[in-house]
This record gives sequence, C-alpha cells and structure tokens, in this order.
Amino acid sequence: MKRSSVLAPLLAIAASILLCAVVLLLSGANPIEAFAAMVDFVWDSIVDGHTTVAVDIVNRTAIYMLAALAAAIGFQMNLLNIGIEGQYRIGALVAAIVGSSIVLPAPLHWIVILIVAMIAGALWALLPAVLKVTRGVHEVLSTIMMNAIAFGLAAYLIRRDQFGILIGNNVSTEPIPDSGLVGGISLGDRGTVFGLVFLAVLAAALYGVTMNRTRFGFELKASGLSPTAAAAGGVNAKRMIVIALLASGAVAGLVGMPEILGRDHAYTLNFASGYGFAGLGIALLGRNHPVGIAFGSLLWAFLETSKAALDNVGVPREIATIMQGLIVLSVVIAYEVVKRLDQAAEQRKVGRVLSAAETDPTDPMAEAEAAK
Amino acid sequence: MSMVEVQPGLPGAPGGAMEMPAPARRRVLPGWAVFSIGMVAVIGVLSMTSYLTGQPALTSTSTMQNTVTLALPILLCGLGGIWSERSGMINIGLEGMMILGTWGAAWGGLHGGPWMSVLVGAVLGAMGGLLHAVATVTFGVNHIVSGVAINLLGAGVTKYLSTLIFAPLSDNPRDSPPVEQFDTFSAPGLSDWLGDLEAQQRVVLSDVAGILRGLVTRVSPMLLLSILLVILTYVVLWRSRFGLRLRSCGENPVASESLGVNVYLYKYLAVIASGALAGIGGAALVLGSSPSIYSEGQTANRGFIGLAAMIFGNWRPGGTLAGATLFGYSDGLRLSSGPETVHALLYSAVIVAGLLVMWQLFRRRWTGAGLAAAGAVTVYVIYFYTDELPTEFLPYTPHIITLVVLALAAQRLRPPAADGMPYRRGEGD
Repeated sequence: MKRSSVLAPLLAIAASILLCAVVLLLSGANPIEAFAAMVDFVWDSIVDGHTTVAVDIVNRTAIYMLAALAAAIGFQMNLLNIGIEGQYRIGALVAAIVGSSIVLPAPLHWIVILIVAMIAGALWALLPAVLKVTRGVHEVLSTIMMNAIAFGLAAYLIRRDQFGILIGNNVSTEPIPDSGLVGGISLGDRGTVFGLVFLAVLAAALYGVTMNRTRFGFELKASGLSPTAAAAGGVNAKRMIVIALLASGAVAGLVGMPEILGRDHAYTLNFASGYGFAGLGIALLGRNHPVGIAFGSLLWAFLETSKAALDNVGVPREIATIMQGLIVLSVVIAYEVVKRLDQAAEQRKVGRVLSAAETDPTDPMAEAEAAK
Repeated sequence: MSMVEVQPGLPGAPGGAMEMPAPARRRVLPGWAVFSIGMVAVIGVLSMTSYLTGQPALTSTSTMQNTVTLALPILLCGLGGIWSERSGMINIGLEGMMILGTWGAAWGGLHGGPWMSVLVGAVLGAMGGLLHAVATVTFGVNHIVSGVAINLLGAGVTKYLSTLIFAPLSDNPRDSPPVEQFDTFSAPGLSDWLGDLEAQQRVVLSDVAGILRGLVTRVSPMLLLSILLVILTYVVLWRSRFGLRLRSCGENPVASESLGVNVYLYKYLAVIASGALAGIGGAALVLGSSPSIYSEGQTANRGFIGLAAMIFGNWRPGGTLAGATLFGYSDGLRLSSGPETVHALLYSAVIVAGLLVMWQLFRRRWTGAGLAAAGAVTVYVIYFYTDELPTEFLPYTPHIITLVVLALAAQRLRPPAADGMPYRRGEGD
C-alpha cells in the first residue's frame, strides 16, 4: 500500500476546504456559516420532506457518474475526450427522435433507446478517433470542435421544420410513448428517484470489472501507462485508441438518458449542458476509480444543488463553480506531490539496497516517470 | 504529448533515440514571399468566387472590418499559445484566461478608459497564466489537466465576480454595463478613393479595393497593438537571446539546463506572457463587440480556435496571423451578410480543391489528386443542390474549417519537440 492512496485524498480535501474557506472569507462570508447553510438545506429536505433537494442530489450523482465514467475510459489511455459534452447531446437528441418514432413493448423499447443513444454518442466520437489514428490530430482539439458542431446540429435538428414540435412555450422533439420511459421510485413530496440511477451504478460496476479483471482493461491501462511497453506486448495502439474513444463516446451517449426517459420524455430546447465538463473534473477527482468517481459525483452534485442555500447567507451561488475548480486543482496537485514523495522514498530505498551491493545507484524511477 | 502528434519516421518527427536526425528541409522561398503568394492566391480565389456567384459581400469593406474585429481575439490567443508552447508548455487554459481577460477588460473599462481595459484584461489573464505555471511547472501536473481545470475556474471566477460587481450596475448578473471604446481613425482620402473603386464592381480591382478599405477605415488602436504584438513576438522569440533560450526550453529542456538556462524561470515567464496575451484577446473581444460589454459565454471557444490558429500557423507568428484571419473571416462573413454569402464559400472550397488537384497531378501524387477531386465534386454537388446553409450551422463555420485544416495539415507541422513533456530540474537522463 503506497502512501498516495490514503494521503493524497486527505491532502486534497484539506487543501480544497482551506482554499474554499479563503474564497468565502474574501467575499465577506463566514465559511462555517455558509457550509452549515448548505448542509442544512439538504438535511431539511431529508427530514421534513417538503423539498426535492436530496433526491435531486441522487439523480444528479447518477448523471455525473455516467459522464465521469466516459471521461475515465479515455483517461485510462491518456486520451482526453473533451467531446463528452457534444457526444451526450447528440446521443440524447438522436435517442429522443428514434424513441418517439418507434413502437415496441415496454422493456424492449427503452433498451433500444439506450442502445441508440450509445451508438449515436460513439459515432460522434468516431471522427476524432479516425483523425487521431490516421492524421495525428490531437483528440482535444478535434473533440472541442465536434462539441461546437454538435450544438449547431442539435439546434438545426430541433427546428420545427425538422424534428421539433411546439409544446407550450418550449420547442422539443415528439414525446416518447410510455413504453419507452423508465419509471422511477416516487418518494412523494421528496421527489422521484430516476430509474436509470441503477444504470449508472451498473455502468460503474461494469467499468470496474472491465478495467481490473479483463484482458481488454489490462491492454487499455497498459497502453495508457506505457505505449511502447504495450506495443512490445502485442497491443495494437491504434486499435486501442479507436476502441477507447468509441467506448467513451458510447457511455457519454447515456448521460442525457436519465433526464429524458425519467423526467422530460423528449429532447427539449433547454436540455441541460455542462455535464461533460463536470464529468472530466469528477474523473480527475476520483482518479478513474469507480468508487472514487461515485464519491466525486456525490460531492459535485451536493455543491451544484445546495449552492442555492448560499444566497440566504449573502454569498452569490456562483461561488460553487469556483469551489469545484479549486477542488480539481487541489486534487491533481496533491496527487502529484504525494507521487513525488513516494518516488523519493522509493529511490532512497533502492539506493540503500544498491549501495549495500556496491552497484551504481541510478534511479530506476526516473525511467518509469519518463515513460509516463 | 503535443497537440499534433507527428508520426515517427516522418521528416521533422521529434527525434527518438533510434532514428537519425532528418535533414532539415531547405526553404525554397523566404517567408515574406510565401506570404505574398498566399495573399494573392486568397484574393484571387475570393474575387473569382465573388464574380461567379454574384456575392459582392465576400470582399466588401464591412466584411473585412468584421473580419478584423473577430480575428483579433483569435490572433492574440494564438500568440499566447506560441509563447507558452514554444517553451514546451501546452496551454489548453487559454480559454479560461481569455474569460478572465474579458471580465478584467470590462472592469478596467468602467474605471478608466479603453487602455485601462486592455491593461486589466492582460493582468487578469496573466494571473490565470501564473496559476497554470504553478500547477504545471512547479508541481508537474499534466498540462492539459491543469488547463481544463483553469478553464473551469476561469468561468467560475468571472461568473462569481460578475454577479458580485456587475449585477448591481447593469441589473443583470450576466452582463456588464457598456464600457468606453477606442476612438477609431481612418485614412480619409485613401478610404474614399477605395470606396469609389469598390462601388464600380470591377472584377479583381473592386475586391482588392474593398479589402484594403476595410483595413484603413475606422482603424482601432487594438488592431495596431495586435500587429505590434505579432512583430514583437517574432522579434523577441526568434531574434533575441532571450527568445532562443525560451525556445530551447521547448525543444530540449535538459540540454538547456546543462547550458545553464534556468528552465523553470523561462517556462514561468512564457506561460505568464501567454496568459497576458490571452487576456488582451479577451479585452479585444469586449472592446470589439457592440455594445462593448462583458457578457457570460462571450468567448465561445475562441481560446481553442486561437490554439487551432497557432497549429495552423505551425507554431509561428506569421502563420498564426494567417490562421486567425481565416477564422475571423469565416466568422465575419456570417455577421456582415446572410446565409447565401457563406454558401458561396462552398464555391471557394471547390476552387481550392480544384487547385489542389492540379498541384497533386503536377507532383504526380495520384491518390492525393483523386481524393481532392472527389472532395471537389462532393462539395460542388452540395453547393449545387442547396441555396443556403442552415443558419444554425453558420456560427460553427470556423470550427468546421478548423477540423478540415487539422485533418489536411496536421502531418506537415512541426511542434516544439518537448511540447507537453514533463520536465523536472536535475532529473534529465
């Protein structure tokens, strides 16, 4: 057990609490009061049950988990799929259009919708993947461009002469029939937990098993840690890049599904944006580990939902976004610092062993680091 | 890990241990000649398109003015990218630094005129750069990860500050009140004469007149400042001792270290300068929009497009200027004219693809020629069977062009050899 697995999260949490407190103090608020207000906001909802805050957090956590898993699949291979934002938008839109135009019995219908969403998301990641392996275009730039184009395509497809219809004051796609919806767990005044929350849990479990217990996961992680070593071991790097990006896009395609199949029943003009970027931050926070991602999503959802309470203590709620950014920065820095401490400790250990054997004490860790 | 991965074995690939250094490709023509030929070619294609499709707006004065206004933020971000990446630091955080710059520009503008606006924008952008430098240079965080975090943070900080400070003034947490713009100036006689020429609608002459008139009428000091910064970037980075050292950190930091260069210091300075330039880009965006206000989401990925312009320009200032002009033009055309005019750009694409076919045939590259010909035919069919592009896609013209350019050009580019590589003092091998 290395120090990094325990020390780094603690260091990161301490640093981010400190930084957030400083930010709150700078804006003239009492950090403890502000934090208490946020916790009370959630606690009241659980105890009194007149607001849906607690359930909202659960639902959001599931959505963030899907987005973060999509990001983590890329991160495992050192691929930065910034395009989750566009992939989930296209996935949701295409799934909503297809779902409303087909008629199938209940479980089959929504399963088909989910599969369509995954395929659409993966297809939106196909071009960056192909450009990366054939033309050497970095996926960060191509997926950013694809994000922007996804917004344009979505705006075009939801036009009323395309697939859009007017419901009340809102333009949306044709509503999906009941057989295509996924029922939730109703808790009365406390709101309804999306049925697809379980999809997120399932996805996290599948992700954990694939990464740690299958040959594919091993090859994926090996290509990420050391492309040269993986290539020497017979892994086709280009194939892995394409597969990883498509898998990431497929999972990203699911991000919009809990809201569409559980609440909105159609892709509407005010479909939520920003989950993709949150997913990137959460995957960094959770170190690509399924349990870490689950906790990271919970924290993110808590901040995002309970920030409304900050208005009551006189702090603009936008400070939550600053906190999220600070937390991500503290986490990545904390892990880097602890990694160095670990390496230094290991070098000393190796040095001791080698000096006893009277050999040249070169540092094997420098090579390991260069490979990263 | 650079933004464009050069395939090993190609000329100019970052040298691995196993391969021989490729012989440097001798430049047949000096840079200014390439630039002039390019300019003539671009104007030729545009005036041909404008003549054949009957769309004078392609080269009109107002199109050019919009191009300049919209190209400046992209150009400044691209220059910021050059500074940072030439020192070996990938800067995805340009977008966040630019957002900080827009807020700073609005705040500075409210407290003391347009120059203050530029200054505060630069300072706030530089602070974003400093943060990036601390995370990546001192703590060795992955450059792209830190950049993503800074984009998140930049958006959050400005949203927060805007609610706190601008909301009471403008009754809107997303906007600032309008700030004072720069006084513009024109070259009166020249401008009028060119205007007459443009109005006559002669084939190439009027197009050139329109373009030139756009550049000499209502010129903003921002344009002059930006051109100055392009020249300054070139002189400092390529013609000074300081620049040589800075670039050496991006090519081989271990070698620079062994020659006594303080690599950390140079990387810090480069990334801070990069942030300041992105911040000035934000100021250009605020001062160039009408009304000149800060508004949330104003940057609209321009930081990333700036990076694309830098890659398009092969990590050099002149090329970045060309890239920024291309992106600014496709954006400016949309503003100053309608969907039909942007549609006419498809025709330009056909002409360019046709030229490409001839060039590939001349070079006896049959597959390349075939691909270009297929592309030309496809685009022409689209052009022929549609009357206008859907308006929803118009704002994304630069993004589509970026993808095409990256796909076509990526392998001919040469990023700094150690771009994005982790470096720690005293740990070279």
